[in-house]
Order: sequence, then C-alpha cells, then structure tokens
Amino acid sequence: MNKERKVIQNNSVGIVKGRTFTFDSLKLENGERFGPVTLAYETYGILNKDKSNAILITHALSGDAHAAGVHEGKDDPGWWDEFIGPAKAFDTDKYFVICSNILGGCKGSTGPSSINPKTAKAYALDFPLITINDIVNAQKHLIDYLGIDKLLAVVGGSMGGQQVLSWLVNYPQNILSAVPIATTIKHSPQQIAFNEVGRQAIMADSHWKSGNYYEGPLPSKGLAVARMIGHITYMSDKSMAEKFGRAKKDTGEPFKFTADFEVEGYLRYRGDNFVKRFDANSYLYITKAMDNFDASRGERFEEVLQGTKVKVLVISFKSDWLYPAYQSKEIVKACKLAGVETTYCEIDSTYGHDAFLLEVEEETHLLKHFLKKIFYAYEVTGDYGA
Amino acid sequence: MARKDIQLDHEVILDLVKPQSTVLDLGCGNGDLLYLLIKQRNAHAQGIEIDEQAIYKCVAKGLNVFHGDVDSGLAEFKDKSFDYVVLNQSLQQILHVDKVLIDALRVGKKVIVGFPNFAHYKSRLQMFFQGKTPVTGALPYQWFDTPNLHFLSISDFKNYCHLKGIDIERSVCIAQARKALFLPNLFAQTGIFLISK
Repeated sequence: MNKERKVIQNNSVGIVKGRTFTFDSLKLENGERFGPVTLAYETYGILNKDKSNAILITHALSGDAHAAGVHEGKDDPGWWDEFIGPAKAFDTDKYFVICSNILGGCKGSTGPSSINPKTAKAYALDFPLITINDIVNAQKHLIDYLGIDKLLAVVGGSMGGQQVLSWLVNYPQNILSAVPIATTIKHSPQQIAFNEVGRQAIMADSHWKSGNYYEGPLPSKGLAVARMIGHITYMSDKSMAEKFGRAKKDTGEPFKFTADFEVEGYLRYRGDNFVKRFDANSYLYITKAMDNFDASRGERFEEVLQGTKVKVLVISFKSDWLYPAYQSKEIVKACKLAGVETTYCEIDSTYGHDAFLLEVEEETHLLKHFLKKIFYAYEVTGDYGA
Repeated sequence: MARKDIQLDHEVILDLVKPQSTVLDLGCGNGDLLYLLIKQRNAHAQGIEIDEQAIYKCVAKGLNVFHGDVDSGLAEFKDKSFDYVVLNQSLQQILHVDKVLIDALRVGKKVIVGFPNFAHYKSRLQMFFQGKTPVTGALPYQWFDTPNLHFLSISDFKNYCHLKGIDIERSVCIAQARKALFLPNLFAQTGIFLISK
C-alpha cells in the first residue's frame, strides 16, 4: 500500500487488459436475489488444457482486479505485481492467474456506485448489505464461466484472506489449496472498532447525504480520514519510526495546524489520493462485510473444516498488530484439530499489516514451493519431490 | 538418497517407524528426517519448528510444518493423533521437558526420543581432568552459547521412564558411526528410545 514501485519491472506480465463478466442474478446470504452482477477481472498466463493450473487471487479492502502488469498507455503496475509474472511466486509461465474486483467494490464490479437499472441512478444505499460469502459466491460464478472446476489455489491477504477462508469453507470440493495471509476467522472487537471509526468519519461528512452524493460533491474529507486511520493500522510503530521519525516538513504556511511532521503529510497525501480512486459507500459496505464475517459460522472452526482434503498454507507477520499472528494461529489450530494438511509460517517483518504486500522474498519462497507441491502432486503422481 | 548418506540417528529412527504411519516431528529442523520418513516409510508426516529459516528449508522440501515452539505446540492435538511423536535432538532444548513428554505420550501412540548422552566418557574425562563443561562431537557448544537447557545421560532417561511408569520398547545407543552395545552410558554419544505409556 505504500511502497514506491518501478513502472515495469523485469519479468512483468506486460500490458494487460481488464475484462468484465456479467450474470443475471446472485442469491445473497440474506435470501434476496440481486442482479445483474458485473465482475471486473484480469487474467495472467495461459489456462492449460485440463484447466488444472488456475489460481484465484483475492484482493484486500482497497484492492481491485488489476493485480499485475500495466494497462495500455498507463504506468500503474498492479497491486501485487512483484508476485505475479514469469518466475515470480505466481509463475505465469506455469499458472493461469485470475483476480477479480469484489462485489460491492468500485473498480468495475457492481457496487453501490453502479447504476441501478430500475432507477437509472446509482444504487447508493439501495445496494444490499453484502457479505464475504456473497463476494465469494459471485467469484464462483466467474470461475464457472471460465470453465474451471477445480482451482489449484485461492490466495489472498487481509480481507483477501477472509475470502480464502470462505472458499475453504463453502467450496472445498472446488479448490486444491488455500493460502490465507495475515487474516482472521472473524474480526476482533478492536478490528471492528477501527472500521467503525472509518465509517463514522464518512457518515459525518456533510457531503455524504445518507449515501446520495453521486450527483454532487463527494464526501472526500470523511473518506480521507477513514483512509488515514486505515494507514495507521497497516503500519507498525517501528516502520513508522523508520519511515518518518519526527522529521518536520517546511510548509511555510501561516496556519497553526499544518501538517508539520512528515507522518502527517504522508497520511494527508494518502487520504487525499484515496478519494480520487475509491467510493465512500463501497468503503462502508465492504468494511461491514469484513466485520460481519465469521468463517466458523458460529461453530468451532475445526468442525467446519472436518474432512476437507484441501491443503493449507497460513502466513502471518510478526509486527502485524491489525491482524495479529495469534489470529492466524487460530486458523492453524483448527486445521490441526481437523487433520488438515497445513503449513504455517510467521514471517519476521517490521512492516506491520502492510508486510503481506512488501515481504516479497519470504512470501515468494513459501508460495512458490507450496504451489509446486500442490501442482506437481495433482498433475503427475501424488508423490512430491524436494 | 543412498542409505550410506543418511545420518545414523535418522537411520535408527527410520527402522523404528512402521511404514504408512502418521508422524509428528517436534523440533524438525531443516526437515531432513521428515523427508526421509515420507520417502522411505511412506509416512504421513508433520513437523513443528521454531526457527524461521528452517521453516523455509522444510517448505522447499515440500513438507508440512508449523512455525512455533514445541512447548506450546502439542496441547492443541487430540489424544493419539499420531502413530509416532518424534523428539530427535530437541528434548534437551525444551523448557518444560516433563510436560512436553507427557503431552507427547498423550498425542502419540508411541514416542521416539533421541538426545546426546552427557555421560559419554569423553565428557567425563573433560569434566574430571580439565574441570571444564564438556565440549564434544555430540555436545559441540560452549557453556555460554549452547541451545541446550538440559543435560541428561542415558541412565538418567531410563530412570525417568521407570519413575513415570513409561515403557521403554526399544533403545538404541550410538557411538560415532556405529551402534554402541557395550556400556552404553559410558560409550554412547547418542541415545534413541522408543517409548509408550
């Protein structure tokens, strides 16, 4: 989320094209039928003949379908570009990688800012209260449409990890492996609290107007504050100290409460930038879906996992205090008790929650070997080599 | 991997494990033993290891491994989840040995324990003649940088098992590159025990 990136790196997937897929309707968890639903998606690499090399990448709160490569005429590498490409963690010479913008999002998929065909206006708060399972059910439509019966892996961090757990619980027969990264079975009160402050900031903005702001000024201040809070939780005490220290900016402005410190300037910059690319109502809907998610469905998670043949790789980061390692260990514990083949690694990182986007070397090592094992065992024998 | 390339303690443990068993290796290190158990015994094997770099090596071998410490890693398993729980060269580095062994005997139907023998004659000679904490092939560390928290002998372990009512089903003592049959507590550098309760 906050790393300077080179425009096109070595082993980039190159120029990529966004696609969309539309289907009539989706049965939501609350029983309603909602539609039509459009999902924006991108793919990298080539789907093999027996369609056994497909990997679904699930994005985090502010992510989108553009995970790798660059769009024609632009210089915006995808959000996980360092992980997807030839010889990278998700080796596009070997695997077919899919990433779609979530239902409820604002980057090409149907969400509150989309036009409601019944009213010819944006849905705004007429958009249904969706869940992580709804998001995943919509992805399942896309995977079916692509003709893939069994995904080699579903991989994602943070809210992407929640989607991975939803796949694991709801579609174990359609995935061979699951890689939840820096995520949780269910949000803690602390995680809900941070999201609630973000939502309150948006709703307190006079431009929000109960969500009906699409024809006037946007609730930019509120959304920017929400994003600023988010960014604080994505970093660690140490990574902030290293990045900013107490360094001051020379603003030269006469106003008393200017952004004096580097960290203030950074947060304002991040907040202001975010409102250019994200919809405030999407932020409300998506954070609510994250808070409501419980992969264990109120039961013991190990009971939900009982009997699954899916292989699991769980990754957490030492300095991540938003999704602390103990939450990943809860997932591992359930896998242990359910007898699920599992590997767990807590990477020693100082980046905080952002680490899942930044610890390229360690994650690449884990992902590469894990995927190789799954793919090889699946395609060739059932026995794997070192 | 040819038989001659295998460490003798690993070879002994392979001989103790029946084919197609489920095995939990506590403190599995780089995963060499786990790999052999899968390759040569068709075992369904899982490791627990505290060292992050060792985890990466295990994953490169295609092994299933949990990153965590042995002291707290066992409690979550159900009774008799594994045919064997292995503690090879890790027992002496565990904080609460007694608790972990009892838990290992609960989680595994059988437990395999391998440890360096502190009563090896070379250690005794160094203690006796030099008055120094021994540094030997099986105990290669200086007193100030050793990962070992406990120093035990083959006799100590036998006494412990007797005291706790633990059955010793097999014991193999290793000296240098061969099995030590004569006065093992004096001549063996490593003791490997198959125990159950």
